[in-house]
Amino acid sequence: MSMIEAIRDAHDVMMARDENVVVFGEDAGYFGGVFRCTEGLQQKYGKHRAFDAPISESGIVGAAIGMATYGLRPCVEIQFADYVYPAYDQIVSEAARIRHRSNGEFTCPMVVRMPVGGGIFGGQTHSQSVEAIFTHVVGLKVVMPSNPRDAKGLLIASIEDPDPVIFLEPKRIYNGPFDGHHERPVVPWSKHEDGQVKTGYYKTELGKAAIAREGREVTILTYGTMVHVALAAAEETGVDAEIIDLRTLLPLDQEAIEASVNKTGRCIVVHEATRTSGFGAELCALVQRHCFYALEAPIIRVTGYDTPYPHVNEWDYFPSPERVGEAMKQILEA
Amino acid sequence: MTKEKSKKPVASGHEKSSPQKLSLHVPEPKTRPGDKPDFSYVRISPVGETPRPALDVSAIEIRDLAFGMVRVLDDQGEAQGPWAVELEEDVLRKGLRAMMRTRAFDKRMQRAQRQGKTSFYMQATGEEAISVAQQMVLRKGDMSFPTYRQQGLLFAQDFPILEMMNQIYSNEKDALRGRQLPVLYSFKKAGHFTISGNLATQYIQAVGWAMGSAIKGDDKIACGWIGDGSTAENDFHSALVFAGVYRAPVILNITNNQWAISSFQGIAGGEATVFAARGVGYGVPALRVDGNDFLAVYAVSEWAAERARRNLGPTLIEWITYRAAAHSTSDDPSKYRPKDDWEHWPLGDPIERLKQHMIKRGMWSDEQHVQAEAEYDEEMRVAAEEAESYGTLQALEHRPSPAEMFENVFEEMPPHLRRQRQEMGV
Ligand SMILES: Cc1ncc(C[n+]2csc(CCOP(=O)(O)OP(=O)(O)O)c2C)c(N)n1
Ligand SMILES: [Mg+2]
Repeated sequence: MSMIEAIRDAHDVMMARDENVVVFGEDAGYFGGVFRCTEGLQQKYGKHRAFDAPISESGIVGAAIGMATYGLRPCVEIQFADYVYPAYDQIVSEAARIRHRSNGEFTCPMVVRMPVGGGIFGGQTHSQSVEAIFTHVVGLKVVMPSNPRDAKGLLIASIEDPDPVIFLEPKRIYNGPFDGHHERPVVPWSKHEDGQVKTGYYKTELGKAAIAREGREVTILTYGTMVHVALAAAEETGVDAEIIDLRTLLPLDQEAIEASVNKTGRCIVVHEATRTSGFGAELCALVQRHCFYALEAPIIRVTGYDTPYPHVNEWDYFPSPERVGEAMKQILEA
Repeated sequence: MTKEKSKKPVASGHEKSSPQKLSLHVPEPKTRPGDKPDFSYVRISPVGETPRPALDVSAIEIRDLAFGMVRVLDDQGEAQGPWAVELEEDVLRKGLRAMMRTRAFDKRMQRAQRQGKTSFYMQATGEEAISVAQQMVLRKGDMSFPTYRQQGLLFAQDFPILEMMNQIYSNEKDALRGRQLPVLYSFKKAGHFTISGNLATQYIQAVGWAMGSAIKGDDKIACGWIGDGSTAENDFHSALVFAGVYRAPVILNITNNQWAISSFQGIAGGEATVFAARGVGYGVPALRVDGNDFLAVYAVSEWAAERARRNLGPTLIEWITYRAAAHSTSDDPSKYRPKDDWEHWPLGDPIERLKQHMIKRGMWSDEQHVQAEAEYDEEMRVAAEEAESYGTLQALEHRPSPAEMFENVFEEMPPHLRRQRQEMGV
């Protein structure tokens, strides 16, 4: 199953199980979304549960909040994360705080899904990685899967979660585990172990990281597409890296991070997003505070550069296996 | 105009309703793939019927115009009614040429995308009259805030196509240094604002630009552009509030091409009303116009520009047209609408309609038309060949240097960007 099919399947499972689950977004109804993640849901569950929304991201999220506080479980789509900003006020000032400010009288169980990340020559408005602007907000859970199996389990868990969840889908790995080697064709998920997705209902618990590769020499903390880039880097350099796929950025699996860094004594943080005030800064602070005496070298960050996402120079910008590999070698020499 | 069905009132509202199950209304287009095209939902006024009001009207006085439709060209290609101004032969020739070149350019660039020479392209097929005719009433120094489908603004000024192609190919001569997605041009010298990929954001900016001109006692006006779908965004509404409140010298254009990717205009709010009517509520005089009628577009744009120049304030114009091609090179419309929809579009093809009018007036002929078409196709082929010699997406070695990525983030490059550039090793 591709990640698109897995996400579609998660919707399907939850809409069948729970009549309160409703799905809407721009082009998400009849057509099934520009990435086809909601294809067939309208035909199967009816227009009142899966429908097209006007082009108004604040409207989509604001309406979802209203429905959630009424008692539904909306799972809405923002067409690209780059277009979520009109909805930011509704997410930050409203969804994230409704429970707290009403002392639990009103709650907001809703999921806001959006494709993130680059690698598709989408330029600055189809490539951004927005996780840090949500992890910085109190009251939101933030999830980013790196494969179809997790995508399905995490989305089901997100829909069942009693609080608002920002569900970030790395679009470059919708169809296969892209590892940064843009000159090679991507192997489809159907040929990959993590593309073997169980049918029916299952959950992948939020707040739990996965070990994508066990290793002894250095810990790589990463998520989304970069998991596959890091795997390629380990393979190509021969460095025995332990690659932690965080899966949920908030709440964060601190135990898994500490266990790994205390074991390897070295840590590299990899993300596609721009560097300054990125989620990597949070990870560095945490590792520094809790693993300081185990560290044998300064933590390294491999990230996007602090410029708007480029169009033609995409492959100079996108953190490549070479860049991650260089960091691995550098940290072992330190 | 389609007749409203006379409905019996459900209840006067005085009686208390007994509890009943509510249900959600979700608009649905009349036709889907496989259906016979049906445009009976489009309210069309007879040609020449809509009056031409004085320049200083209020939104309330002309509220009927928001629901009507300014039309000048009839089915025989004759100009009719109060909006029919006799345009000089060279204006018509210029307009036809610009529309035809726009279409020829689109055809060539669409092909280049299919050949992998660029990542993306967007055609304006069927909508060419709107941006072409509007640009022809603007003056040097005015500023348009276009969407990605207003390339006609550039063709109406004979803008160098090579510069456009270089941007589309992100090549070594691209003025935007390979930063922007193809077609998101920025040509200040042509009064063409840098196009954002984020919908609707620039509508309110057009109003602000126009307010700037008014604050400084300048004589420049601005034009905002938005699609039917994007009128749902908050920024559209902010723009109307500000334009109405400050009587900004701005033309606010809505291109209603019936579709927003896969969703029909009913999803944006076009089922129960028309988009022009939005203006009335905000106190902005509003008109609904046949956007495939070059003469109507020219006349109404001129009227609105004149209002702005005389400090009479903003005008909202809904141009009725049809998106004949796919939304973009990433889209396949056969998945959500009848394949032969455009052939049945009641307002026709803007190029064919102007051609017919010019032939009627003895200024043009079928032979000249065919000849011009071939000439423009050849012009585009030759230009594309030259642009491709400066690089395409398939010849990345010609791309602007990655080092340039760090430039123009700020006027002066801060130390952290300098360090990152070094780190990149370029
Ligand atoms: C804020 C924002 N949301 C969503 C999108 C994605 N998107 C690009 S074009 C488009 C449809 C726009 O339709 P319309 O406004 O009718 O313009 P048209 O394409 O028909 O010219 C959508 C949803 C975007 N670019 N920006
Ligand atoms: Mg449209």
